[in-house]
Formats: sequence, C-alpha cells, structure tokens
Amino acid sequence: MSRNTRPSIGRVVAWACLIAAVVISLFPLYWMLRTAITPGRELAADNAGLLPDNPTLINFERVLGLVGREEARAAGGSGAELDFFLYLRNSVVYTGLITVVQTLLCAMGGYAFARLRFRGRDALFGLFVAALMVPPIFTLLPNFVLVKELGWLNTYQGLVAPSLLMTPFAVFFLRQFFLGIPREVEQAALIDGAGRWTIFWRVVLPMTKGPLLTLALTTAVWTWNDYLWPLLVAPGEETRVLTAALGIFLRQSPNTSPDWTGLMAGSALSVVPVLLLVVFFGRRLVDSIQFSGMKG
Amino acid sequence: MTAMTLAKSATRARARRRGHGDGRTALGFLAPVFLGFAVFYLYPAVRGAWYSLTDWNLLSEPRFVGLDNYATLVGDPLFWNSLKVTAYYVVLTVGMQILGGLLLAALLHRLTRSLVLRSLLLVPWLVPSVTTALLWMWLLDANLGFFNHLLTAAGLDNQGFLTSPDLALPSVATINAWSGTGYTALLLYAGMLLVPPQIYEAAAIDGTGEVRTFLSVTLPLIRPILAFALVVSLISSFQLFDTVAVTTKGGPVNATRVIYFYIYEQAFTHFKMGYASALALSLVLVLGALTFVQMRLLRASTSDLT
Repeated sequence: MSRNTRPSIGRVVAWACLIAAVVISLFPLYWMLRTAITPGRELAADNAGLLPDNPTLINFERVLGLVGREEARAAGGSGAELDFFLYLRNSVVYTGLITVVQTLLCAMGGYAFARLRFRGRDALFGLFVAALMVPPIFTLLPNFVLVKELGWLNTYQGLVAPSLLMTPFAVFFLRQFFLGIPREVEQAALIDGAGRWTIFWRVVLPMTKGPLLTLALTTAVWTWNDYLWPLLVAPGEETRVLTAALGIFLRQSPNTSPDWTGLMAGSALSVVPVLLLVVFFGRRLVDSIQFSGMKG
Repeated sequence: MTAMTLAKSATRARARRRGHGDGRTALGFLAPVFLGFAVFYLYPAVRGAWYSLTDWNLLSEPRFVGLDNYATLVGDPLFWNSLKVTAYYVVLTVGMQILGGLLLAALLHRLTRSLVLRSLLLVPWLVPSVTTALLWMWLLDANLGFFNHLLTAAGLDNQGFLTSPDLALPSVATINAWSGTGYTALLLYAGMLLVPPQIYEAAAIDGTGEVRTFLSVTLPLIRPILAFALVVSLISSFQLFDTVAVTTKGGPVNATRVIYFYIYEQAFTHFKMGYASALALSLVLVLGALTFVQMRLLRASTSDLT
C-alpha cells in the first residue's frame, strides 16, 4: 500500500488540509473557553488575542452561583442566573431515564419483531417504519396538548413521557441486529427447555452488547442535546434542563449587549459531559458511526 | 442484507412447521413498546389531523372549520416563503456537509487510521445544538466577533453575519455544516473502508493519479453509503429549529424563518394550534414524497462492488 515512501508535495498538502479541518472543528470551542476566562468588563477592549490579558475564573463562578448577585453584576453579569447544578441534575435525570428505559424496552420490542411469530406482526412493524418518516413536530404539537391536559407541565413525567417507552428508530435499529444472530444459538437453548424470556436475557442480550451500547450512546447524545421539547413542557426552574436553561439565559440578558463571558462559561460547562463521553467511549462512538453506515 | 433475508425465510419456514405463533409471549415483549407507540405516536397523529381541521387557540374548545386552514395555507405567502427558505438552507448545508465530508473522508482514508483524529473531527457533532448556536452567535457577532476581527485584519468591512438579510441564512447553514461535516465524513470513511485495497493497488500499478482514482474508483464504489449519508443529512436539515430559535428567531425579515420555526411560532407564539397542525401535516406530506423519491434513488444506486 505504501506507494508514497517519501513525502510528496501532494501528501504534505493533504495532511495540511486534514489538520486544517481539525483546527476548524476545535477552534470555536477554544474561542468559547478563551471568552469564558476573560473578565466581562474587559471583553469590549480585549477580544482579539489568543489569550486574554487578565484570565479569570469569575465567569464560571458566577454561572455556578458561587458568588453573590452584587459581585456577579460587578463582573459583568446581567442579573440573570444559571442554577447550573440543578439544571445539570435535570439533564442527567432526563437523559439517564430515557436512555436506560427506552433501550431496554426497545430491545424487547425489537426481539419480538425479529424472532417471535404472531398475528399482525408485519403490519405493526410497517406502522413503526412509517412513523420513522414522520417529522417529529407533527406529533409534538398534540403531545404537548396531552401533557398539558394531564397536568404534567413542568414535571419529570411530562418531560420523559413521549420517548421513555420507545422510539420507532430504536425498535427498528435493534430488530436489524437481532435478525443477524444465528438461530442455532437460540435453538439449542429452546431444546434445553429454556423459555423465550430466559433466552432473551441470558443469550440474546449478551450477544448484542455492542449494538445496545451504540444505540444507548446515540440516544444519550440526542436526549442530552434536545431543546424544543424540554423548553415547551418543562421550562420551570425545578425541571429546566441545561439546553433550555442556556436558551433562557440568553433571553434574559440584554439584547444590545449580551453577557458573552457568562454565556460562554455556561456553554463551556454544557460541553463537559460530551467531552467525557468522547474520552470514555471514543472508540465506541466512532465505531457506532461505522455501524449505522454499514446498514446503508 | 443476505443474512437478514436468510434469517427471515428461516423464520417463516420454522413457523410453518410449528403451525402456531408465539402470540402470548410476543404480547409480553411488545406491551411497553406498543403502549408508547399508541399513546405518543398513533393517538397524537390522529389528534394532529383533527386539529388541522379546527380553529383552536389552546384555551377555548376547538371549532371545526373544515378545510379552511388548508385554504389559508395555500394563500399564505409566509408558508411558501418558509418552504423556500428551508429548501435554500437544505441545499446549502447538505451541499457543504456532503462535499466537505467527502473531502475529509478521502483524506482520512488515504492518510491515516488514527482513532484520535476521527474522534476530534466528531466533537462538533456532539456539542449540543443550543451551545453550538450560542458559540457561533458570539464568533459571528457584528461588533466583537472573531470573524469580524479576521475581516478587519484583512482590511475589509465588518459584516453583520446574522443580522443581514443576505448573510443570515448562509451563516446558519455554515453553523450546521460545522456541526455535521465531521459526522458525515466518518460515515463516508466507513464506506471507503469497505472498498477492497486490491482495487487501489491495481490503480496504483496502472499509474492512476489520486484525484482520478477518487473520482473513478472510490466515488462509484461508495454510492450506497453516499446516498445514505445524503438521506441522513437531508432529514436532519429539514428539521432545523434550535439554531434559528437561538440566533435569528426567523429574522431578519423572514430570511431564516424555516418551516419548523414557522410551525412553532404559529402554535406557541400566536396560539393557532389548528393552523400549525395543518402546516405540520403538509410538511409530513412533503417529506413523505421526498423520502419516496430518495428510496427509489437509493434502490437504484447499488454499489458496483455487489
């Protein structure tokens, strides 16, 4: 494969392009951090260099509520507050609950569609596939009404309800993997007298750990990033998730001169969980894209 | 694909032999998923269709108005504008994502197998869209933004990237190209890995250049995955909401009022739930037609490998 043993001009240019792409990918995040450690009062004058003249952590302290309101104002705050740990907890509950419950229940559903035989299976599965094509906003409007009618606005149950039990995508995705498991494995267990439940838990799930983790990661990323639904049904202080909180924080800061240093500190904090995900599951995440790609 | 088909025919054959199904067991496995589907997908779909035939402000009782909402929609310049803006956005952002993704994937494929490099390229895709929007709003700020520093340094005038009617939509498209290109690149890269290395060796022996090899070997062989990446990118682009909601709120002068944002405004700013539902149902039909066409294209575009 090594047809270029010594660096040719083309190869150097190619590497330069690739490195440029990495820089473009990461530079905005660096700039976010750079702004977050700039004193708010100095931003108007000090916003061009690669590092601020007087780096500070005050912006993080004030979005985390570690300093008093007065001190925050003095540091360039708009008076808007970000009760970060509360919103972080809400985001973690929202993401965690949906990821775990949805993945498990959809695994059960996907298995039934892949392996069990029952009346109306293909019709029902067809309905699920059709639902894949429907843009979410169409069901979002009536779902909002439903949550409102149930009196679930600004509650956890209202927040998680629509996607807790299933998404058509998750069922569809896992069914494809269950179809790929050799039947012989299950047959042996069936002959030994094991029931479907035992087979599912003891044989099938352990064999599909990879796809399950892949799906769970994807679901976690999507749910963590979700904005419109949490903003609509749970904007209240007690149930507000991080993304909604950032949006509301922006709205509360004056239009003419947004509190950029505070906003960037909050934004930087909202990225931390994502970076942890990359650190712990980097290979898995990257491979997961390969997986979904193979389906095509 | 073959494994799937085999497994399927095996299911049928076995079921025929046994002569009865697993109805009871299936009920246990499917009950939670079915409950979720019935309550949060089927029921709202029926309700949505019904709302689209009513005049309803969320407070009083819905009043049946027949097809009035659809008549309004056909004559609503803002609806047509939102479709036009959405189409413009989709073309821009999907174009950037696919072209950028292809270039990056080809570079990765020919240069390195580094996992770290691929993870770094994926980072923008993992950043929450609200954070991405805030971050770029700051980078593109008309006064203090980084990009205007670059322009000033180059001796050019400051630009209101998100406040000028001409630049706002391309700016929003660029923001989402930033967040989606790495993901697209990794998808396409995965496709390129499936091409047997011998083909490249043959091309090298023939003395074919890199660009030529890419155009006449790689590109045709990854057609199915390219189509898949296109569909993924198209579908997500049609649902643009977060970036617009945070940065431009549809402005300036409707320049970024995409269909998703328009529906949201009708429902939750103007409380016209009936009209919003009619808009949403129309979007379902438009996307349904598009998906159908895409499916046809997907099926037509089988790789030359198989």
